[in-house]
Amino acid sequence: MTTYLHIDWTSCDGRGLCTELLPAVLARDDWGYPVARGKVGRERTDVPLRDADREAAQEAVFLCPKLALSLLERTPPKPEQRTPGR
Amino acid sequence: MSPDIHPQAAGDIYPQAARSVHGDGTQTAHPPAHPNNIGQDVIRQDSSRREPRLLAAGPDAGWEQHLDTFGHWDPQAAGPGLLEALAAAGLTGRGGAAFETWRKASAAAGSGRKGLFPARPVVIANGAEGEPLSFKDRTLLARAPHLVIDGLLAMAAALGGAGMYVYAQAASLPRIQQALTERPGARKIRVVEAPETFISGESSAVVNMIANGIAVPMDQRRRLSESGLNGRPTVVVNVETLAQVALIARYGAQWFRQAGTSTDTGTRLVSVSGPAPVRDVVLEVPGGAQLSAVLQEAGMDPASLSAVLVGGYHGRWVRPAAHVLSPVGPPDGTARPGAGVIHALDLQICGVQATARIVTYLAGGSARQCGPCMFGLPAMASVLNRIAGGEINSRLIFELDRLGRMVSSRGACRHPEGTTGLVSSALEVFAADFRAHLSGYCAGPGGVAA
Repeated sequence: MTTYLHIDWTSCDGRGLCTELLPAVLARDDWGYPVARGKVGRERTDVPLRDADREAAQEAVFLCPKLALSLLERTPPKPEQRTPGR
Repeated sequence: MSPDIHPQAAGDIYPQAARSVHGDGTQTAHPPAHPNNIGQDVIRQDSSRREPRLLAAGPDAGWEQHLDTFGHWDPQAAGPGLLEALAAAGLTGRGGAAFETWRKASAAAGSGRKGLFPARPVVIANGAEGEPLSFKDRTLLARAPHLVIDGLLAMAAALGGAGMYVYAQAASLPRIQQALTERPGARKIRVVEAPETFISGESSAVVNMIANGIAVPMDQRRRLSESGLNGRPTVVVNVETLAQVALIARYGAQWFRQAGTSTDTGTRLVSVSGPAPVRDVVLEVPGGAQLSAVLQEAGMDPASLSAVLVGGYHGRWVRPAAHVLSPVGPPDGTARPGAGVIHALDLQICGVQATARIVTYLAGGSARQCGPCMFGLPAMASVLNRIAGGEINSRLIFELDRLGRMVSSRGACRHPEGTTGLVSSALEVFAADFRAHLSGYCAGPGGVAA
């Protein structure tokens, strides 16, 4: 199982609190929205977390003013298995 | 699956000659091919099957023509074996993503069985077709609605009596409603109107529209196959895919595989459009068809075209020569059919300007929910329009690339990366035109290629 930080882009308003709490995980784009550092594909929406970042991520989830963040516990998908409807 | 129809009898169910259906509703009949005639017309043999499958019942097939062509058949008989047949047939979705249909359906079936109070799944026939260059789904709904309904009933039966919806734009609704009233067993199917927006057919937008009346994509913490419409496991299936399901359920996986290749089985409908005076036409082509042969079938000379947009606005520009139309295969030499759009650009049109127009449209087609898309796509459109308008600044290309990488995969749906993919193909295929623009010439009709 891996913990993922899920970003609900429809709620995110680019306030930037998460990028301050998780500077090693998230940078900001031109408009202030979080960008997962060094990630490509859907890992930019469901960002895999290291154990060391989990506590800060939990805090970001609680403090996000737009309630746009959540944590997911999931087994990482196999690369050859694409998911429908995502 | 009905065991009394032998796959070998497939030829008998196609009494009519193959037809091309034009965008204006007229059609051209092709002479039926003789099986021994191979060699006389090699390219045409490769390009498309002589006998139609999906449109075999003829123009605007009502219930009677449908039964005359395909025979009496009870969709309930499909049962759980249907998903196995779909897996054996190798059917992939015809709406764009080309995901294996049996996997999608199985995921919903599996989720539905979990838990103390298993949720009844839902199947939605998606005919929204927001792509401006696509018309094959509305053509199918107008001409063979009963095949789509057959597929929907069979899929719902296979998922243990799932709820059923048809989702399509206003123009398609009267024909669907008429078809639902003239046949037995279709009373439980509900019809929902899709707004005419680019994004309205995205699967989570489909669910959102039916549930809440808002056709914009939803954040998906859980997959639709686990929790979709009203929390039920939901399968959103393109209408052509369902029509193919109906044929596979009737005639079997082996019959389906008689067309296409081993990795791209069966046939698909494509909406082909091009420069005037070529008429817009819907063709049924086998998997792995040669793109140049499909263009010829539609009345175009591939040598007189500068590029072809394959897959729609979220697709890619390719050179017409030596491409095979298939969702699988090496990136050079394979063009992914996506939503089945094939749009040819003649040598007189500047590819940079054509791409700028499309990206401007896509930027306007954003659901305006997700920041990276809402701000990123207009920024990309703006840079493209500056290049197309003749601004001499070589850094604009790098800016386009940077913005593309910035927006990709950051949104509730795939609108950002679909748009980025189109732009990156334009940079590749129209590289000479981009260079010319950034050196201060080209621009306007005529392009460098002319």
